[in-house]
Amino acid sequence: MNEDWMLYEVFIRARSGLEHKHVGSLHAADARMALEHARDTYTRRQEGVSIWVVRSSEILASDPAEADALFEPARDKVYRHPTFYAIPEEVKNL
Amino acid sequence: MYTQALDAPQPPSAPTDERERLERFQARIDADEKIEPKDWMPEAYRQTLIRQIAQHAHSEIVGMLPEGNWITRAPSLRRKSVLIAKVQDEGGHGMYLYSAAETLGVARGELVAQLLIGRAKYSSIFNYPTLTWADIGTIGWLVDGAAIMNQIPLCRCSYGPYARAMVRICKEESFHQRQGYEIMLTLAGGSAEQRAMAQDALNRWWWPSLMMFGPSDTDSKHTAQSMRWKIKRFTNDELRQRFIDATVPQAEYLGLMVPDPELRWDETTGHYVHGPIDWSEFHAVLKGDGPCNRERLAARRAAHEAGRWVREAAAAYAEKQAASARDAQAG
Amino acid sequence: MSPAAEPARAPASVEDRFEYVLRLGDTSLIAAQRLGALLGHGPALEEDLALGNIALDLLGQARLLLALAGRIEGRGRDEDALAFLRDAGQFRNMALAEQPDGDFAETIVRQCLLDAWRLETYESLAGSQDRELADIAEKALKECRYHWRFSAGWLVRLGDGTAESHARTCAALEKLWRFTDELLSADALDARMAVCGIGPAPALIRERWETRVSAALAEAKLERPAHRHYPWHGKRGVHTEHLGHLLAEMQFLPRAYPGVSW
Repeated sequence: MNEDWMLYEVFIRARSGLEHKHVGSLHAADARMALEHARDTYTRRQEGVSIWVVRSSEILASDPAEADALFEPARDKVYRHPTFYAIPEEVKNL
Repeated sequence: MYTQALDAPQPPSAPTDERERLERFQARIDADEKIEPKDWMPEAYRQTLIRQIAQHAHSEIVGMLPEGNWITRAPSLRRKSVLIAKVQDEGGHGMYLYSAAETLGVARGELVAQLLIGRAKYSSIFNYPTLTWADIGTIGWLVDGAAIMNQIPLCRCSYGPYARAMVRICKEESFHQRQGYEIMLTLAGGSAEQRAMAQDALNRWWWPSLMMFGPSDTDSKHTAQSMRWKIKRFTNDELRQRFIDATVPQAEYLGLMVPDPELRWDETTGHYVHGPIDWSEFHAVLKGDGPCNRERLAARRAAHEAGRWVREAAAAYAEKQAASARDAQAG
Repeated sequence: MSPAAEPARAPASVEDRFEYVLRLGDTSLIAAQRLGALLGHGPALEEDLALGNIALDLLGQARLLLALAGRIEGRGRDEDALAFLRDAGQFRNMALAEQPDGDFAETIVRQCLLDAWRLETYESLAGSQDRELADIAEKALKECRYHWRFSAGWLVRLGDGTAESHARTCAALEKLWRFTDELLSADALDARMAVCGIGPAPALIRERWETRVSAALAEAKLERPAHRHYPWHGKRGVHTEHLGHLLAEMQFLPRAYPGVSW
């Protein structure tokens, strides 16, 4: 029997309008307990209005060794950014 | 918080491709890039971090005990609330730090097991007893003060999860030192007995607080490597000096005497000069011969043992619930 | 349902109001004192954090209520004078609150039985004719909902966990159940407070408490213990031996060094 409990990652929405942000982890025997522990640990100073918890083992992460293959190809797609396009200064609202 | 006296293993001599990776790694650190959990890192860096973060986490958890000793006896309801909040914060900080350590691939259970069998270190300061209410003020003022000196640079440490935990901890801890000094102000401005209580506490906590920064730079073998890795950003003596320079005027304001007959202000350097630290005491406490080493570990072990059936029950209940959810789905 | 719904009735005496608010304030204070002592010794770090939050909530309630009691009394006693300078016989907490923490099952059972009572009581008090009391109850109610969620959640985990946890929880229930009658049996003061629209109708609290606790016991696969006669009336100042020791510890500094501030 695992008396050490499972590891959960905690995400908090600081206030409505913002996205949930990863804040840390905790141990809990089940999901309900994980939510309560997250509330008791990570919102002691009104840090949040909403909590997500997810089992750490359920998170699939990209491999830093593949970072080049994953993220380098986006580097030369400068045409995706508005600054790529030259617009005369007199033209407004673009 | 409470890191001290790190013993970082030296990086092993490496073959050439390994050396190249090491160089790239060092270049990232030199460029002030953060290292994140799944990034490649030298094994010695990982081990040093695990040990430092775990030691720091253990210190928070053991640190709950000396102050917790006065929760039931806090002299006003306001003080009681503050003390509960502070001790609880320390538990939270322990959690943040264990979380950071767990990103390095070690389970909290393993780290705690090492603490309980006496193989892991924690800050020696918590092996001193809290004998009077003034000790609670002094711990906030001096021990948290020293901790903050140590911790603020760690907010910029090279390992991302540790740095982020430290940012959160420093933010939360800003009230800890102030509440301690407020207790001291009240005592120092109180009755003769209260003033004597405050002076006695300062006498007992001053030197152990200075020792919190770890051995003198000349005796600290591994500072250089930790500085290169930006796990540590200032030397023990630098931080200690900063602490003394900040604290002595605070003691003067309270009208209390710092228990160091050799303490004097040096006009030319702009720093206080202090008398010699009794490092034999430091090493004795570190080896387990402090006033409360046994009691602190015994308390942690007792809580762990007494809590085992509770943790098992929760796990068993969760397992039953999961099983019946699976059955419901299958049926 | 709520006592405020009725038209105004004969006002309560200062003595009655003072005593009544002390019952609430002292029960929260003594429970907070018990939980505070556990900090750093819980079964898991996460539970230390949870118990710390609950202790802080209860202490906050106690401070508001004792300050209110002091104002009602009008003799210049503040929250600290009431907390630190009364002897056991003047404390009005429910005897259940002062029961010591044996193992975690005893802590959870004690909290659970009290949390259910507090939750139902404050729910009613939020509509009290006494505006100050109603305001405190409204604030406390949110905290009490979470406390119940926590303690009932643990009651179920322990009751339906392992054979050991089940046995320990049964033992704790057996030990503490005899103190529940005090929570639910109205005495003359409770009745007077209900009549004047300040306190809840006692029958209502009993009924709701029974429903709430029975459901939790059933989910936890625990038997409801048999009714027991009780000779304690903590709310009238007749306590168990435990309270004297608790107060000796809690009050020692202001007693040893009278007249100074901290």
